[in-house]
Amino acid sequence: MLKNGSLSLFLWMSLLSVIVFSKPATSGVFQDNLYDAYEIELNGFAEVRQGWRLKDDPYEKGRSISEGRLQLDLGRDFDWGMLRFKGDVVEDLVKSRFRSGIREFNVMLSPLDFMDLKIGRQILTWGTGDLLFVNDLFPKDWQSFFIGRDDEYLKAPSDAVKLSFFFNIANLDVIYAPVFNGSVYIDGSRLSYWNPVLARTAGRDFIFGDHERNRFFADGELALRVSKNIRGTEVALYGYRGFWKTPEGMNPVSVTLYYPELTVYGASIRSTLFGGIGNIEIGYYDSREDREGDDPFVRNSEFKVLAGFERELMRNFTGGIQYYCEWIADYHAYRRSLVAQPGKDEYRHLLTVRLTRLMMNQNLRLSFFGYYSPSDQDAYLRPKAHYKLTDQWAVEVGSNIFLGTDDHTFFGQFKDNTNAYGSVRWGF
Amino acid sequence: MKKTAIWIIGLLVAFLGVFTVSAEEATLTLDDIVQKTNLAAYYGGEDGRSEVNMTITDGQGRTRTREFVILRKDVEDGGRQKFYVYFKKPSDVRKMVFMVHKYIEKDDDRWLYLPALDLVKRIAGSDKRTSFVGSHFLYEDVSGRSPTEDEHELVETTDTMYVMKNTPKDPDSVEFSSFTMWIDKKTFIPVKIEYLDKRGKKYRLVEALKTEMVQGIPTVTQSRAQDLLSGGKTVSEFSNVKYDIGLKDSIFTERYLRKAPKAVRN
Repeated sequence: MLKNGSLSLFLWMSLLSVIVFSKPATSGVFQDNLYDAYEIELNGFAEVRQGWRLKDDPYEKGRSISEGRLQLDLGRDFDWGMLRFKGDVVEDLVKSRFRSGIREFNVMLSPLDFMDLKIGRQILTWGTGDLLFVNDLFPKDWQSFFIGRDDEYLKAPSDAVKLSFFFNIANLDVIYAPVFNGSVYIDGSRLSYWNPVLARTAGRDFIFGDHERNRFFADGELALRVSKNIRGTEVALYGYRGFWKTPEGMNPVSVTLYYPELTVYGASIRSTLFGGIGNIEIGYYDSREDREGDDPFVRNSEFKVLAGFERELMRNFTGGIQYYCEWIADYHAYRRSLVAQPGKDEYRHLLTVRLTRLMMNQNLRLSFFGYYSPSDQDAYLRPKAHYKLTDQWAVEVGSNIFLGTDDHTFFGQFKDNTNAYGSVRWGF
Repeated sequence: MKKTAIWIIGLLVAFLGVFTVSAEEATLTLDDIVQKTNLAAYYGGEDGRSEVNMTITDGQGRTRTREFVILRKDVEDGGRQKFYVYFKKPSDVRKMVFMVHKYIEKDDDRWLYLPALDLVKRIAGSDKRTSFVGSHFLYEDVSGRSPTEDEHELVETTDTMYVMKNTPKDPDSVEFSSFTMWIDKKTFIPVKIEYLDKRGKKYRLVEALKTEMVQGIPTVTQSRAQDLLSGGKTVSEFSNVKYDIGLKDSIFTERYLRKAPKAVRN
């Protein structure tokens, strides 16, 4: 297996080498021809990414990430709208498999002067948090995020219809997904985690299965946003009716996870403040299957609060901080019903810091993002250096560092997964 | 006799000509020149569109290119403006949008749209003396430096140029001690701007290399910014420039960050 893997990586490296030595201009010619003949825009990248675990993890494979990737992005403009396709083929050597995935495949139109419509597979984002999400209940890929894939892959695609209405009084976005789009969570297949059933850290020895929500309409999701920009101050109200995006419920008999029903109400405000940008976002997560908070197998309702501030510290150097808190509702009921010790604290406080430094004509970007929880006594640090060698070539090195005093806390449970990675990318 | 009459008429015309020119010059105060220059450089037409091709060359001679389309709409002449910058190349910044609502009396509002994440990011940008997309042009070169930030002094008037020295009122807010502009008397386009650093040494040069008339508006179609210390430079070519195309206000909103308008896609 390993031999095959090495061979594949060798092939990917060869592919990139061919690109280096054949004149990259040829791809430009192909792109131009495609556009001239069919008005199709073609772009994308080829990338090799290799990572290593910095700690021994008895439950996982030695490599955190090892993959070759080709992304193609095709688009065409019509009089009536835009058609878009974006997909990846990946040779994943950690999982020893070849896979492909469509990230975007949608059509976008403006049937009315005050209305936009986007139908199909798409990436969706809203809210004001920086790598913290309160009212953005669109799917995430936490696994990609933790093993060091490009930031782009934190956002997983949704199959949905997005309707946007633009009125003088406010804008309204309505997003409907007929079938639930869940997040990629840490199930043990790739990263070890705290397993409450075993009351210890587990990994490939206990890969959680979940009961998929896949019934059309019955397992649909609806997300709403009303937003307005009032002289530079952006205010928004949010609503969501669907399910927890990660399986926060467990069937104690079959020991399988499932996605309990969830409704979220929230609001946000963002504006310039003290020469920077300030934002506040709040949300109430109504866990509809455990309104009393006494079901130990379903996550309780929660309040979430986020406040952030970002500004330029000096030229080409930006700093941002955020405070975030999750407050478990009906905490006493939760404590009383708890079956697997230790449980969570009533409040989970989290602080984040972002530092970004641009150097060498902005071709070198040094960045640091850190999460630190004083209540959980754990942290997750993401240092990264990205250098654009040319307009086509870029290299990146980074690390995902998990720290914690306990094995069961949000970031602390991943501490054996601490890793470092590097990548080479050719964009066209 | 006839000859003399022609001579006299000729002299009269010449005199009147000189007289009118000098009268016009006489009526132009320093403030007029400052205002006219600001309007000529940044407020052509009610709105405008231009395709920009930037070639960035660093001190070692390595080059990089940027291609983008820029839309501008004036809220008021000499005052608030809106900008929409849509990137086409290189591929890692393709479809990214940078949007600015520029104010005179307070910090600008800036947004960045990252298409891969569908993320509308508000950016903290209080320092306008930062490089624009890694080039030798600064944000302020693109969106304009408010004349109210400097003290102006007309140091020389030549046949074709006004030479104006500008000294910042708040020296700590900028990296230069002063800058001198050579302003074309006819078009009020600053054709050369020289920056002196804190020790009075010339370190930065911005020039209009080509100026053309577009819809009767004098327009810089090629400009260059040079870092005289590192030897790096950026040349910007402006093509398909159009004015007064009737850009709607709504283009400069979140709606069109997520869905680029036809005006930039074509």
